[in-house]
Amino acid sequence: MKYTSQMVAKPYFIFALILLAGEIVFGLAMGTQYLYGDFLFPAIPFNVLRMVHTNLLIVLLLFGFMGATYYLIPEESERELWSPMLAKITFWVFAAAGVATILGYLLVPYAALSESIANSFWPTMGREFLEQPTITKIGIVFVVLSYILNVTMTFIQGRKTTISVILLTGLFGLAFFFLFAFYVPENLVMDKFFWWFVVHLWVEATWELILGALLAFVLIKTTGVDREHIDKWLYLIIAMTLISGLAGTGHHFFYIGAPGYWLWVGSIASAAEPIPFFLMILFAFNMATNRRIQHNNQIALTWAKGTAVVGFLGAGVWGFLHTLAPVNYYTHGTQLTAAHGHLSFFGAYVMICFTLISYAMPILRGRSHGNGPKAQKVELASFWMMVIGMIGLTLALTAAGIMQIEMQRLPDAAHALGFMETQAAISTVYAIRLAFGVMVLAGLFTYFYSFFVKDEKAAA
Amino acid sequence: MTERITKNMARNIYFGGGLFAILLFAGLTVDTVQKIPKLSHDDQITKSVALGKKVWENNNCVGCHTIMGEGAYYAPELGNAFPRLGANDEQAFKTYLAGWMAAQPLQTPNRRKMPQFNLTPAQVYNLADFLIWTSRVNNQEWPPNIKG
Repeated sequence: MKYTSQMVAKPYFIFALILLAGEIVFGLAMGTQYLYGDFLFPAIPFNVLRMVHTNLLIVLLLFGFMGATYYLIPEESERELWSPMLAKITFWVFAAAGVATILGYLLVPYAALSESIANSFWPTMGREFLEQPTITKIGIVFVVLSYILNVTMTFIQGRKTTISVILLTGLFGLAFFFLFAFYVPENLVMDKFFWWFVVHLWVEATWELILGALLAFVLIKTTGVDREHIDKWLYLIIAMTLISGLAGTGHHFFYIGAPGYWLWVGSIASAAEPIPFFLMILFAFNMATNRRIQHNNQIALTWAKGTAVVGFLGAGVWGFLHTLAPVNYYTHGTQLTAAHGHLSFFGAYVMICFTLISYAMPILRGRSHGNGPKAQKVELASFWMMVIGMIGLTLALTAAGIMQIEMQRLPDAAHALGFMETQAAISTVYAIRLAFGVMVLAGLFTYFYSFFVKDEKAAA
Repeated sequence: MTERITKNMARNIYFGGGLFAILLFAGLTVDTVQKIPKLSHDDQITKSVALGKKVWENNNCVGCHTIMGEGAYYAPELGNAFPRLGANDEQAFKTYLAGWMAAQPLQTPNRRKMPQFNLTPAQVYNLADFLIWTSRVNNQEWPPNIKG
């Protein structure tokens, strides 16, 4: 560790991992409810489980990004963090607000939460992924602003690199587009249209800039390839991200009441959305091949390559599967969407957090050359368990989606099965999905275990 | 291929391409915002429809159902609930919906369960009006058939 203030990243990483465990547990509970509708009902109905599941994901990724940034920005800027104290306060405020919100979901009926003071004054609740009470949303704004302030001040006073510029661009974009969470018009179509300004422009635009910057940082550190080369790749990746991703938002506007030209704009632009992810694969493997140094933390590089590959599969391949308007006409709102959502969030964003954690945590724990070989072996096992588990559950959901389309969407009204009958017919596939979900959780616990593996001669 | 591209060229592609993408997206957004009122029959959003949307949001209906294909995939699509369950008859739909909401949760063992939301008759009425309005949005003839 070059700068003592990088230490503030540690609690962020640990908390992100705890939230991930929670997210997966709630996912398994949902998977069980898919099979046994009475499971946990009426104590925790499906909508509450799902809200906790998705909100934990969003919050854990924000914690992961913040930890990653606080670790990265002093090194990139070649100076201490502007205010380590502010970063610590931000952590506790965000953690407390996050826990309070989740407890609110679990302990108070949603309708009662929606009558809370801030929300009745300015209602923003009850929309997918943005279920948080207005007061929590305001809290998120303050947390993100204090985070960006800290990073920006460090950046301004220090060395400016391509990585830090792009990271900051992504962070400002993240903050800006979140503001659309506060706009809830009476017209459902308008509401849906601008809802995507948060959801799509986060995950398929601004977060990709953050992802690219973080990936580039770890690649520089673990391969020793010079910056000129890395920077060039990074620019190409994010150029393709913006060119395909912005107009690509249109693939969400096909069937929600927006004008028909989005069928064309969305299809064409989003057909190019796999390109930046494909470039990331080339980038990661190219850098690994041309490495100048043999870093002892090999598992960090494995995670970096894994992020590129699984991100491409989940976001690129599974996204492309249903992004063309004539295909999406049949796939829209089926389990295929869920399949894509699971693998893309895991591959691109959860795995980049693992990459950063696997690179930085050993250093923060005083092992500048990474964990010992035994611990890395355990971690490698956890890597494969989680990756195979996620790909397995994605394949199961894909099969479920295809069966759903065959039974419910393709036949004419007289021969098509209804929603509930279709769901009953594909329950076996949901059982397989659940089994792979268990594998992911086992993988995560194996990952946790790798933190406690002791090697005989600890690397100095 | 990338050997011939310099860092400066890559940066220019980023700034140029990014700016182009932002302008294109912003332009289309402005146009869409102007067209949505007509496509969605904005003039038919009565007080009851607006209140119904609040009922929909305050009970997190989208946490299980989809509406125009968006939401969770645990429970049926409701963007076309009015034609599917009410046969395009407003009175019949409202009666049906009131009965359905009152009967929850159904006692069938291990069927997916819908909670009891304890809505007032007025809230159910508003919710029905909201779903009726939604079913009339011009959304490119989606879903493919009435089953949703």
